[in-house]
Amino acid sequence: MLITRRAEFSASHVCGQSSLTPPQNHELYGAAANPNGHGHNYVLEVTLEGDPDPVTGMIFDLKTLKEIIQKNVVEPMDHRFLNYEVQPFDKLVPTAENVAAEIWKRLEPHLMGGHARLKNVRLFETEDLYVDYTGEQAGASQ
Amino acid sequence: MTRVTRRYRFAASHRLNSCSLSEQKNRELYGKCNNPYGHGHDYLLEVSVAGPLDAVSGQVVNVLTLDRLVTENVLQDFDHRYFNADVPEFSGSRVPTSENILRVIEDRLRAKWREAFPRDWPRLESIRLQETKRNRFELRTN
Repeated sequence: MLITRRAEFSASHVCGQSSLTPPQNHELYGAAANPNGHGHNYVLEVTLEGDPDPVTGMIFDLKTLKEIIQKNVVEPMDHRFLNYEVQPFDKLVPTAENVAAEIWKRLEPHLMGGHARLKNVRLFETEDLYVDYTGEQAGASQ
Repeated sequence: MTRVTRRYRFAASHRLNSCSLSEQKNRELYGKCNNPYGHGHDYLLEVSVAGPLDAVSGQVVNVLTLDRLVTENVLQDFDHRYFNADVPEFSGSRVPTSENILRVIEDRLRAKWREAFPRDWPRLESIRLQETKRNRFELRTN
């Protein structure tokens, strides 16, 4: 069984590689390479998989999950400029793909053991663009 | 493996009518979708691609390239058009149901995929077409 918790944060970013020229970055990332950055209202969906505990009837305490997401993702990223204020995006391009993978990395250690395991991190950069990340070892998603 | 999904919109009209069925049978099968002058929808198209995360660009797919592929091969020909009269794949006996529209979209994207994405990745994983808020069709293409 799957359960999904949704959270939101607003942040700014700029996509560009230091080894490329501004025109090359613009060709690769489009408006996302504009040098002073821009922002999004990111929507995060964290999905856990597991069997409900026979006593509590729960796969995972959703209140606890909310706190884990809040502490490890929302608090450090909300109303921040990802490139300047959130590691590793001082070195890594904060594309939606990389941000989703980083969120997985931050959440997974808190979701080991017990009945549930982290199944999917879905990150909406806009309503029309989202990324699903299922961890490094996973095969093709779905 | 990371999956990236992009949403696109187009407005189009269609009429469901099979030339191998009688007028009466068409009416029974398709109901009001068989009304003689057709009707329209605001279609929502989701294109999902999957692949490994490129360590340098931070991308699974260059969204600008995907946008261009979908716009030039699907949206430009479908948006504000009547499928039955304006889209060549539906000029013969093929009925423009959402199922058949999805197959046409897949064929059109595959025909130009290598040109847009010359490497092995990303791969087209699935396409989904929402005709109204109450129905959605999915074609898994991986």
